[in-house]
Formats: sequence, C-alpha cells, structure tokens
Amino acid sequence: MKQPNRLEHGGRIDRDRAIEMQFDGQTLSAFEGDTLASAMLANGLKIVARGFKYHRPRGVFSAGVEEPNALVHLRSGARHEPNARATVVEAYDGLQSTGQNAWPGVRFDISAVNQLLAPFIGAGFYYKTFMGPVKGTAFWMFCEKFIRRAAGMGRAQTVADPDEYEKVNAFCDVLVIGGGPAGLAAAIAAGQCGARVILLEQDACLGGSMLSLPVGGESDACLKAMEATLKGMDNVRILKRTTVFGAYDQDVYGAVERVWDHVEVPPAHQPRQRYWQIRTKQAVMATGAIERPLVFANNDRPGVMLANAVRSYVNRYAVLPGKKIVLATNNDSAYAVAADLVRAGAEVSLLDARVSVPAELFKPLEALGVQLYPGYGILAAKGSRGVSGAKIVLLDENGCARGPSKTIRCDLIAVSGGWTPVVHLWSQRGQKLQFDEQSASFLPLKSASSTLKTAGSANACGDLNQALLQGEVAGQEAAKAVTGVVGVQVNVPRLKEAIYADDWARDLLMIWSVTREDGSTDGKAFVDVQHDVALSDIDLAHREGFVSVEHLKRYTTTGMATDQGKLSNINALARMAQLQALSIPKVGTTTFRPPYTPIAIGAIAGREQGIHFRPTRLTPVHDWHVDNAAVMIEAGAWKRPWYYPEGGETINQAYVREAAHVRKHVGVVDASTLGKIAVQGPDAAEFLNRVYVNAWKKLKIGRLRYGVMLRDDGIVLDDGATARLGENDYFMTTTTANAAKILGYLEHLLQTAWTDLKVHVTSVSDQYAAFAVAGPSARDLLDAVCSGADLSNEALPNNQFVKATIAGVPVRINRMSYSGELAYEVYVASGYAHAVWKNLFKAGASFDIKPYGTESMGALRIEKGHVAGPEIDGRTTLGDLGLAGFASRVKPFSGSVLRHREKLDMASRPTLVGLEIDGDTGGMAGSLIYDQRAQQMGEEQGFLTSTTYSPALKKYISLALLRDGHERFGESVDIVNHVGDTVQTAKVVSPHFFDPEGARQNA
Amino acid sequence: MKNKYSIFSLARNALSYHQRWQTAWRSPEPKKQYDVIIIGGGGHGLATAYYLAKECGITNVAILEKSWIGGGNTGRNTTIVRSNYLWDESAAIYDHAMDLWSDLSQELNYNVMFSPRGLLHLAHSVHDMQEISRRGHSNHLNGIDAEFLNPEQIKKMLPFIELDCRYPVMGGILQKRGGTARHDAVAWGYARAADALGVDIIQNCEVTGFNIRDGAVCGVQTSRGQISAKKVGVVTAGHCSVLAEMAGFRLPIESFPLQAMVSEPVKPIVDCVAMSNGVHAYISQSDKGELVIGASSDTYTSYTQTGGFDVIEETIGAIVELYPLFSRMKMMRQWGGIVDVTVDRSPILSKTPVDNLFFNCGWGTGGFKATPGSGHVFAHSIANGEMHPIAAPFSIDRFHTGGLIDEGAAAAVAH
Repeated sequence: MKQPNRLEHGGRIDRDRAIEMQFDGQTLSAFEGDTLASAMLANGLKIVARGFKYHRPRGVFSAGVEEPNALVHLRSGARHEPNARATVVEAYDGLQSTGQNAWPGVRFDISAVNQLLAPFIGAGFYYKTFMGPVKGTAFWMFCEKFIRRAAGMGRAQTVADPDEYEKVNAFCDVLVIGGGPAGLAAAIAAGQCGARVILLEQDACLGGSMLSLPVGGESDACLKAMEATLKGMDNVRILKRTTVFGAYDQDVYGAVERVWDHVEVPPAHQPRQRYWQIRTKQAVMATGAIERPLVFANNDRPGVMLANAVRSYVNRYAVLPGKKIVLATNNDSAYAVAADLVRAGAEVSLLDARVSVPAELFKPLEALGVQLYPGYGILAAKGSRGVSGAKIVLLDENGCARGPSKTIRCDLIAVSGGWTPVVHLWSQRGQKLQFDEQSASFLPLKSASSTLKTAGSANACGDLNQALLQGEVAGQEAAKAVTGVVGVQVNVPRLKEAIYADDWARDLLMIWSVTREDGSTDGKAFVDVQHDVALSDIDLAHREGFVSVEHLKRYTTTGMATDQGKLSNINALARMAQLQALSIPKVGTTTFRPPYTPIAIGAIAGREQGIHFRPTRLTPVHDWHVDNAAVMIEAGAWKRPWYYPEGGETINQAYVREAAHVRKHVGVVDASTLGKIAVQGPDAAEFLNRVYVNAWKKLKIGRLRYGVMLRDDGIVLDDGATARLGENDYFMTTTTANAAKILGYLEHLLQTAWTDLKVHVTSVSDQYAAFAVAGPSARDLLDAVCSGADLSNEALPNNQFVKATIAGVPVRINRMSYSGELAYEVYVASGYAHAVWKNLFKAGASFDIKPYGTESMGALRIEKGHVAGPEIDGRTTLGDLGLAGFASRVKPFSGSVLRHREKLDMASRPTLVGLEIDGDTGGMAGSLIYDQRAQQMGEEQGFLTSTTYSPALKKYISLALLRDGHERFGESVDIVNHVGDTVQTAKVVSPHFFDPEGARQNA
Repeated sequence: MKNKYSIFSLARNALSYHQRWQTAWRSPEPKKQYDVIIIGGGGHGLATAYYLAKECGITNVAILEKSWIGGGNTGRNTTIVRSNYLWDESAAIYDHAMDLWSDLSQELNYNVMFSPRGLLHLAHSVHDMQEISRRGHSNHLNGIDAEFLNPEQIKKMLPFIELDCRYPVMGGILQKRGGTARHDAVAWGYARAADALGVDIIQNCEVTGFNIRDGAVCGVQTSRGQISAKKVGVVTAGHCSVLAEMAGFRLPIESFPLQAMVSEPVKPIVDCVAMSNGVHAYISQSDKGELVIGASSDTYTSYTQTGGFDVIEETIGAIVELYPLFSRMKMMRQWGGIVDVTVDRSPILSKTPVDNLFFNCGWGTGGFKATPGSGHVFAHSIANGEMHPIAAPFSIDRFHTGGLIDEGAAAAVAH
C-alpha cells in the first residue's frame, strides 16, 4: 500500500528500514520508528475501530497512552492481546492486528444499528428496564445474556500465555518518573549531586514532548546533549518502555518494563515484560500532561484528533493526517501546531474560543497564511465515516452558539482544550491536589510531600526552558535530601531562548463544550469518547439527582473505560460545574487508582506460576522417599510421603499395612516438617508458662513436655512438645500447618504485650530434621545404631531426651510417642539427616524396619485419640478436646480469662469421642451424627472429624465431636453422609481406642 | 411511585429527549426531629430505612451520610451474592437475604441486576474437601442448595481452568442460586424507593456526636446541626468503632483494608463466580466485561482505602495459576475499602449499652451479599425495640458469653 499521508522528509523514523504490517486484512507500509497508529494514518486509514455502545466509526484520536478509540486486537494465537492501543504499539515487520468489537469488521459493522436505539439507551437506561413482568430473575438473566455479549471490548485469548515474565526489586536514592525534558534534567541534576538515580520512561525513546517538536531544531540539540550527559553517568540507570503504574506507601513504586513487547516473539529465555518494585528515598514526578479534547456534536468522527497529537504525527512520524485542517482551541498551545502543519503543507483554519489573542501568537500565523477565527468554536463535525467539514459558530461566554453557523470544508479537525497534568501517582499517595485557575487543572499541592517532588508539565509549568529548570531544581533538591550535601554545581543544558507559543498553560478560556443557543447539541457530543458518554448523558444524570461526582461517574460510566478518564475527566467536571452553577474545584474530582495505564496480569505474577506459584519445601530426606516409591502429598508448601505402596498396593492397603507394621515391628516417619522454634533467653521459662496452658517453670534440663496453646479468646490454637536443652534454651515444636503462624504469634506477644521479657524466638524448622522411630523394636534398633547414650527405660523414660551419635553424627533423641508405641524422635542437623536416615535403615534391616507415611501416621494417632488439625479447627476449646486437665488452675496464661465464658464452658458443647463404625466401609470426615431413628434432617448432634480403618481394632473408627459426648459412651448413633447419600450406624466409645493405659509407649 | 421505571416509561421519555425524568431521590434539608435516624448511607443503611418505611410503618426517617450514598463498601466490593454458610445462624441471615435478592428489582422498581449465575467454591486439598463436605452437609440441612462437583464437572463450567496446578483442583461445591448483582444499583434502588416512601436522604452530613439523656439516645450532632430522634441505627461499616466511641462504648472490631481489582473489559468468558479459598483467587465477570478479582484483606489495621501491593501480587499469582489464559489480560483498576472485622468474622446486629441506639456492623469482607436481609431484620429490630429472631444471635453479648458464630476460624480467610 502507498503511504498517501507520509511526508517526503523529516520525522524520527528510519526510512531505510521499510516494514509491512497487517490491520484487518489490509497491508500497511511503514518504517521502523512508527507506531501502529502512525502507520494507519500514513496509509490513509480513517476508520480503525468502532464505539463501545453505539458502534459509530472511530479513527485515531491521540498519539499516546490516552488513546480512547484505536483499540485493536494485536497478534494472533497464544500471543493474542485485546484492547491494545495502536498509538503505543511499536511497529515491527509482520505485525498482525485486527479491529475489535465489530462484526464483520470495523469498516462495516452490523451493530451500528445500535445508533437507531440511541434515544433509548442513554445513561443508566438498564437500571430502568429489563426487570420483567413477573417476580424473579429469569427475565433479567435472559436479557443479560445479550447485554453481556454486546458489552466487553476485545476478545480474550483462549489459551495459556507462552511468554515469561520477571520480577525485580530495585533500590535507589532518587527515582525520576518520566524521561521528558523535566525528567531528563532532574536525572542529570540528581546524578551530578551524587545520588543513585533510576530514570523511567514509558516511551521507547527519551525526550517526551521534545520528540513532537520539529526535527533538527534547537530542542533536538538540547535533547542530544542531555542524552550524552546521561550516558556518561554510571550512577544513573535508565529504563525505557517502562511505565510507573502505581505509587504505594513507604515510597514504593511499581513499574512494568515492556522488554520484548515490540517484537512478535521475545528471544529465547527473555521475558516479555519485567515488573519492577522500586524502593526509593526520593522521587521526582515528571510525568507530563495530556491534552484535553473539546466537546461538540460528532466530535468522535474519524478525522477529529487532538491538536498536539497531529503535531506529533507530523514532526515525529512525518505523517500529515489531513490536507485541509480546522484547528480549534481555547488556549495558546494550538498556535505552534498550526505553524508546523502549514510548514508540512496543510491548509489551516484556526478557531480560538478567546476573542483577543496576543500578537506574538497570531502574527506569525498570519504570515504563514493561516485563516484565524477569534471567538469561534466548532458546533459540529460534518461527515459520517470521516470528517468532511466543520460547522463553526461565534461563541458566548458559556460556549453557546451566538448567531448563525457556517461550514468550512476540511478533512481533519484538530482540537485543544488545554492540558491535564498527569498527577495520578501524586494522588495515589493520598496527597492533596489544588485547582489552578490559570491552566484549569488540578495540580499537586507542592508542600504536601517531603519525598515526592514534581517538575515540568505535571506542574503546569510554562515553556521548555522552565520545564528544564524545574527538573533541575527538583533533581537537586531530591539528591540533597538524600545525601545531605548542599551547593553542588550542576550543569543541565538549556535552550537559548524560549519559544513563546510553547507556553501552553497561559490564558486558557474555560470553554470546552460548544452547544446551540439552548444548550443542546447538533448530534451526539461525547465527553467520554471511549465509553460513549455524551453531554446529554451528563445532563440526564444531573436531572436525576446524580450530582456527586462519584455518582455521576458511576451512573454515566464516565471515566470508567480503559483510559480511566484521562481525556474526559475535566470536561465532565466542567459540564457538571456548569449545571450546578459551581466552580470546578467545588465539584471535586474522582479518586485516581493504580494502574496509571493497564498492565499485563502476567507481569505481576512474574515467575511465580506453575510449580513456583508457592515455594515447594522438601525435607532433607526427600530424595530417599522418592527413590523408595513414596506417593507424596501436599502439606501446605511441603511435600510429604503419603504412603509407600508395595507391589501395586492401593492407598488403603498400604496405610493399613504400614500402621500394622509399626504396632508389630518398627517404622520410621519423616517428621521434619514440624515447626521448630528456638525459645531462648533468661525469661524463656516465664514466657512458655504464659503461652502454654500448663506449667513450665519446673521443667528440668533434659526433659520435655507436651503443651497446648490457646488464642486469647480461649479457643485452642496449637499443640506440640517443647524440650529444655539448657538453662535458658528451649526447643519448641509446633504442628506443620501452624509453624509460621505460631512464630508470628510469639513475636507479636514479645513485641507488643510482654516487651519486658528477655526472650528471643527463632525459627529452626529448616535447620533440623526429625524422624519418629516407633514400634516394639524401636529401642533395640536405636541401641544398635546409636552410641554414647543409655536408652533403657530407666535411663530414658518418656518425656526425656538424650544426646547421642549415629554414624558419628550428633543427634538428640526425644523419648515420646504420637503413635502410642514405644517411640523416639531423632533430631539431627539437616545437612546430616540423609546419612542418619540411611544408617537407621541399614541397621534396621534386621529389625524389619519400614518407612511409614502421613496416612498411616494418621491412622495410628486416631487409634490413640490424639487430636490434630481436623479437631483443632479454631472452634474447639480444651474441654471439647478432652484436654482441660492440662490447664493450670493456679497461673494465668494466654486465653485463661476468656476460656471460661459461659458458652465456652457449657456442658452440652460437642466433645471429642470415638466412633466404632459398623460394617465394612469407612466414614467420611464431615459426615453428620444423629440420634438413632431420629429424623435425619434438622439439627445434627455432631460430626466426624478424622476417620480411618484401625488395623489394631480391625474395624473402621472415627474421631468425632458430639454433643454431651462423654455421657454417651456405648450409645448407638447414625452417621449420615449427604454427599454419598449413605447412612451408617456406629457405637460411641472413648476416643482412646487402643491401649488407653499407655502400656505400650511406656514399655 | 411517582416516576415508575419500565420499558414504557423509558420509551415515553425518549420521545421527550429524557427531559422529564425526575430526581431519583430528593435532597431535603434535615428536619429538626425524626422517629428514626439511620447513620450511614450505604446499602445496609438504605435498606434499613426502606424496610422501616415499607414494612414497619415508620416513614419519618432520615439517613445521614457523611459523603455520598453507596460510597463505602457498597460501591467497592466484588458484588458476590451467596448464602452457603456453615453455621445455622449465618445461613439464616444470608439465606433470608437471598430470598429478598431474587425479587429485589421488582420490589424496588429498579434493576439491581441480581444474576444467580452460580457460585463455585474450589477445593485444592484434602482439608478443603473436608471443609466443603462439612459445609455442604450443613447447607443441605438449612435448605440451602449445595451441589458437589468433581473436577470434570468444574472443567465444564470453567473450560479454561487449569485443574492440574500447584494445588490441583480436587472438587468443588456449587450454589446455583449464588451470583452477582450491580452494587451501585442496590444503593440507588433502595434510596429511590425509600425516598418515595418519605425517607429523607441527607448526604454530606457527618455525625459528630450523640445526644444521650438518662442512658438513652435522643438525637445526634451533625455537621449540619442538631437533629433529635427517638431511635438511632448506626450502619457505618469500617467506621463503626469511631461511632461507638462517640456513644461511649467500645466494639470488638478491627478495621483492615481489603483490596479488589478489575481487568480491561472483554467479551464474555467467565460465566459463573469462581472462588478459591485454598489459593485465594476469586473471579467473576461483570456485565460490562471486566474480570472482577477479589484479594484478601491486608494484615495490618488501617483506615486508608488503599492497601499494600503485595496482597495484589499474591492474588494475581493465584489467578494466573488457576487461569493461565488471563496472563495477557490487563489489570485496569485496583482499589481498597475498609472492612470491619470481628473475632468470629460474623456481623454485629445488636442493641447497645445506650438505649434506643442500635448497631449493625462487623460484616467484614462479606457484607454486600447480606444487604437486603440485614436491612430487613435490622429495620424490624429497630421498630420493635427487640432484635428480630434472625438478628438475635448476632448480638454484641456473644463476645461476653463466648457464643461465637465462627465462620472464619478454621480457614481464616475472607468470606
């Protein structure tokens, strides 16, 4: 395709590198340095999209991130991306794109019939209808299907994203946000002051607004000089294609770098995007400003564009989107645009809502042959599929037509309603904005923040030299605040003289909307182009009482599209202010929320996907389990051996065999996942005495004790054994699931409640492995493998420990039992764990040692009636679990007061019991318990917590929480399972099914 | 209703260029005296006022709103509606709300867009499976629909879900009557309907103190002057502790930021609501096409409506893990609200140490779904001076007696 709108010369494109791209089946010729939008304009494409609601034809509107119209489907297949803004999509050879939200295509779109419905589907129409003739939701859900299909914008991809993303944490002294003139100056100044600087720019090139100025001018020389200076500074890091999307507490900034988004496929092993979390001491916000549109009838027609966007296309991309151009403005910034357009070969008429304009502005234009219309505005754009003319009128002070209109033929309308400084980050930090009358914009209230400075257009500063100066000062001050060094000489380039016409903040006339004498418009006049919100919608909302700015936003959906009101905000506020006869600041503004521009969800997830979604924790003997064919189970972040099948066993066969083996011979289970906390310090005993319900002050060195902790409201929190290793040195264990929670809880108590206690708590979970050796041959096995310790019942009774060595490795052996068998826990430093484990098995061969997994461990503990996670569920008390006897009656402890509240002490609370289930199928945890022969609906008597087959009892058993449980031993009950729709019978028994006297563990 | 909404009124008004619509609610000056003052113009407060006027015959009612109605958690939540709670007390109040939800649009003559598109809880571990099993049982007993799904059935509902992820999807529980509603419309619909019954909605009116005589409340001090009232109901969510302090007592409530986000709008892709406590990913798609994603509450107390980005990172990680195709979708907006959390994660609907002063708060992360039910039983409680039977278990006394209704304890997650 020829490029009818490409200029012969100029631009910041690489004419030696011609490329071709596709849009909706058309080939676009372009050059490197183009964007998809500049290529569309160069190739003379007018309609590139359709409106959200009315499906009116839309063309490229802007040249930046604020683009409301030119949203496209980018790429295809797995790399398909909806809602890509063509104005910021960098051109590359072979780029594939299509129109979206239109069928069959954007040039002809069936849904354009919606325009006929326009009178009925104004703001909030859906709140007033679709309710249906009868009660219920059926009619609405029927209508909703069609509404949902009509809404939405692009089409989501349907397969997983093949690209990778990365996360980076970065730290600096001064973060400079924005690589325009103010940002570059700030980075140079801060860098020259000795600060470590990171400079972030969303564009692919540095320069910001300077890139839209004529090529080869003085500003180019200045930009080159700044870039050269920065290149020589190794304390300044520059990231391009990087958008700061959010500002968070404690001076944390989030940014996304589009590392390889400007090519079809990222190179191998390279991320598509990189998410930066940056912690800085100072930040300079040099984020620039976005030009505002004007509101008039049909202001959404293809060929209506922002004035300075047209200037960008001419100067940066060498594209002249129209030959006969009507330029409408209410401020100075369109004058330089007009001059550049004429020089590029266009015929220009300039309408200025202001009646009197300084000679410095209009004289040069007159000389260039620009037709000037002071006091005029555009009432309506003519043409349906593109601009063919502009209906212009003289305006009164409210923007209403005064006198008859006339039509100027043209093929492009360029508009400027002043500028909106980009203050999103400032606002996100919760900092105040104040309204500046001169530029009619909300500006940062400078004194408000000590760590965030602003410079350049974000501040509504004047010309280019002022932006450079503001940047320099902000950079210097930020650096000074960090280094404390004052009076460092900095050297930032400047222009010889400022260009008068570049001073955009001056003398703006607050007229944005142009209407007929009676306030109506000559067709839809859009305030929010992307969301199809017209002036008439704002008026309707006002009429219906949605006068709060947030109500207006939500009722009309102004500012809620993907551009989040970047273009529409002030224009909507101005209309509201007019309707309410208030000033704009009195109307207020809505809240700016992150992200500044939409960011890929994948970038925030980074590498934390798939198996890296959560870290996988492996015990030191993990490999042994895998080598020995263990089936593993997830336990939080841990992987634990679930069971070790032999010869094609099912899980049920395996766990029953393993549990039986432990009761007959000896088994070993890897208990390394237990939480282990070193509790150390002179007040450690006192601390334990406060957090555990039982007494701890008299525990001797060499002893250990089982303890239970309560939440401060008296509910059971966790349990475990703690050993006293030395005078001030205790070794606590917690359940696997609660390891982190308990450490946090202990820290919390020490740092807030008991700051006087001299205690340190340290997690040593990863430092030690733990193996439980259980079974009648446990002592014989350990005797065979250990040296340096007497393990006899006399020397090492329950609840004591000894130090010993296994294969030369120092170990600690706790005598304690979870399985109910004669059992020991072997603690060993993680690095030696594998060796010790292997030695146990080597020596154990003659004792018929077998490993056992969590499933059989569960079976063994259920047989013994020990409680675990399913019973300690955050709702049970000591009494419920039969642990009340552990609680001290003499000392206070955490939870000791509130645990005696009446409802927690009620005798009828469900308490822990055992169930012997009749028949040859097991119960399912969560099943409900009813009185026998009672109706099996309505209030249940209790529920099953943990169930298993008991090899020792040769029947299915379960732990359960049952009302008045202790008084019901011997009673028969029904177990009802609503999932499987089954009813079983069971006998209520003591939860201590097996060896209640503990003869085996004390053997 | 003065200005009934229907397809016909819409058509009629279209002919007159929509010039004849009246305001959805008046903006009256506060009167000197009301029978009942409701503090807080969120969904719960507006619903309370509506039912006072509609069902209790008390129309001399004012709603005092510090800012704009529906601007707190009503306008910040992820719009999920469900009633499949574990405990009988919770099931009763949330299912009472569910009954009201289904006819709410007709009741208010305002399309609140309640769409029971099905709500699915995913289970990722044996523990999760046990939890949904127990909850499902409990739901059945309370007459609440709960259907157990296996992974294949889940895949049918969510074709793009990755079942075999870090924590594989082992099953799920579906409440077909669950779904979403349009949050703003709930506030506006109740406001308009209450207003039509004579309730005064007074925005930009901040309560600064209570007038208490002989242990009973008799009025409030506001930024717009003194207003007397026979009874006062406080429905101020995140700021209820502040109001309680003004009335001279303390509430067992902590306030945390809770965050949520939406993606850019796309054509329909997620039809139901899918929640996953195990990896903490909640997702649905709004009628406008945005994916609506709920995060967990922050770990520190705060009144700022922002929150830490680490919480968002974690949530997004979970979303990408379960739904890898959303990786290339873009997040469009992220925000926070302040949730008022009790120790048992159940609300407080209660009389207080001050006579004629009632509190309705502590809804934590799950208040939106209860809006109609909460307003309904609270209105009856205020009108009768005794708590409605459904509200009674949620009395503030339970923190003294230990009779907690512990919905969050075991999993300690948002609900």
